[in-house]
Amino acid sequence: MAAEQPLRVLIVDDEAPARNRIRDLLSDCASRLSVEIAGEAENGRRALALLPQCNADVVLLDVRMPEMDGLEVAQHIQKLEEPPAVIFTTAYDAYALKAFEVHAVDYLLKPIRLARLFDALVRARSLAPPRIEVLRELAPSARTHLSVNERGRILLIPVADIAFLKAELKYVTVRTAEREYLIEESLARLEQEFLGRFVRVHRNCLVAKDAIRGFERAIGDDGEGHWMVVMNGVTDKLAVSRRQQHIVREIGKLS
Amino acid sequence: MSINQNANAGALPNFRNLGILLRILVIVDGMCLAAALLKTSEPLPLMEELIDLSALVQPVLILSLLVLAGANNWLHRLRYPYAIATLVAIELAVTTIVYWFGLTVFQAMGALERYWVFTLLVTGVVAGYFELRGRALSPALTEARLQALQARIRPHFLFNSLNTVLGVMRQDPRRAETMLEDFSDLMRVLMADNQKLAPISGEIGLAKQYLGLEQLRLGERLMVEWDITGMPADALIPPMVLQPLLENAVYHGIEPRSEPGTIHIRVHRDGDRVHIHLRNPYRGESDRHSGNRMALANIRERLALHFDAESSIKTIADDESYRVHIVVPYLRDRA
Repeated sequence: MAAEQPLRVLIVDDEAPARNRIRDLLSDCASRLSVEIAGEAENGRRALALLPQCNADVVLLDVRMPEMDGLEVAQHIQKLEEPPAVIFTTAYDAYALKAFEVHAVDYLLKPIRLARLFDALVRARSLAPPRIEVLRELAPSARTHLSVNERGRILLIPVADIAFLKAELKYVTVRTAEREYLIEESLARLEQEFLGRFVRVHRNCLVAKDAIRGFERAIGDDGEGHWMVVMNGVTDKLAVSRRQQHIVREIGKLS
Repeated sequence: MSINQNANAGALPNFRNLGILLRILVIVDGMCLAAALLKTSEPLPLMEELIDLSALVQPVLILSLLVLAGANNWLHRLRYPYAIATLVAIELAVTTIVYWFGLTVFQAMGALERYWVFTLLVTGVVAGYFELRGRALSPALTEARLQALQARIRPHFLFNSLNTVLGVMRQDPRRAETMLEDFSDLMRVLMADNQKLAPISGEIGLAKQYLGLEQLRLGERLMVEWDITGMPADALIPPMVLQPLLENAVYHGIEPRSEPGTIHIRVHRDGDRVHIHLRNPYRGESDRHSGNRMALANIRERLALHFDAESSIKTIADDESYRVHIVVPYLRDRA
């Protein structure tokens, strides 16, 4: 026991007194369990930036935070090579609590009791990271960002910046005005999650409605005419499949 | 004695309230129409019948309302059974007076007793209506409503506040003490019998305590701007009107933002009206509206109960802000 490395804990909560409280409790644990504070973050973005360097074993993650809630942060955390254990903290959230119980996701109710925190930390090492499918199911709303692991760091891609998503073999290409990313997700799932934001122009392609400037006619390889999507910000032109021709009329921005 | 704007069932309505007067007019004229319809349904005879009835009913009605408005304060000091007896006596007297005047104008009037019966019937229906309405709107009379009322402070706020107290306890015990004292004050008002109107100054004090608690929790993210220089401190409003609205403002307007946001509160008097304006930043994308709707419905109901048509509550949401505008009549405690 003594030879064991200290358990490194990252505290994520938007409220300063709540982080204080957890710090106090962790110092109370110190006599019986070797713990160290790996860092503190007041929002999800900051937590994701800290994680690759701070070597945390456990993240105490507040569920309700501004901009990006804890359930979304937890999904992005899973992009790390060796994701830390996640223990959610929440003051009150009837919906989330029921779901946590159902999926055996670990959580602590605020105000947190010392004994409960201690038990959760002891368990944490052996805890399997929450499955991403479960987290996705728990999240009440669509993600604000997609994420990729790039050289050990988590890159966040704001969903609002995405021009189109294109499925290629086992990856999906995410195109923004700046660059391209490859993510390992299914196009069908993405379409379902961001219903209304994207429109399917082809079996393998979703285009952001806001990014569509118009449509133009082109002659395809088969010598037949068909529609192409012209977009703001990106130069790619995407073919509209025969089956999806009706969207040209529905969106109706003929160029 | 204060004007008894009491929410209890078993109290006469406020006869000086425009909404109440309108309701009485509608009920009585509705009954006249029903009486006329019983006799005939042909359009022309119906009109004649209505005119005949009105010639007697309207003077009685208008004279009654004048007398009742005059005697309003005095009537409300009586216990309910005596007040009802007095009301009946007033109505019968008014009917008798109008009957005598009527005799000088019309030849065939029929027996006075007939009119008395009609008057009793109308008075009974009107008094019964207000009794039922009082019951329906009075929150204290059914358990469920009382619970809904007390559920106004969200568990979210309750547990987060306690957690905040624990969070500052070790570094700053004195601050933790103040927080718990403020918290107790809030809870006490919340659990109290909130049926009587109370001076708005107390409401403002409570709102400040509440916002103080939230400010400790949220730090610089929550800013508050008060503009209450034009506020009549003695104006009476139903208790716990401001706090739930501020709680909504914090929950929907401040908490979802990581940058600081300001809640504006403005109270001022304009003639015989008191205006309360609240404004908070709002992105219009929050999907947790049900708590907000519940609080608004509750406040709207209580305003209606106390002030009827003389009060209003409006909400306006645009791209950047969410605003609530409340208007209540300027009433003071005439102690």
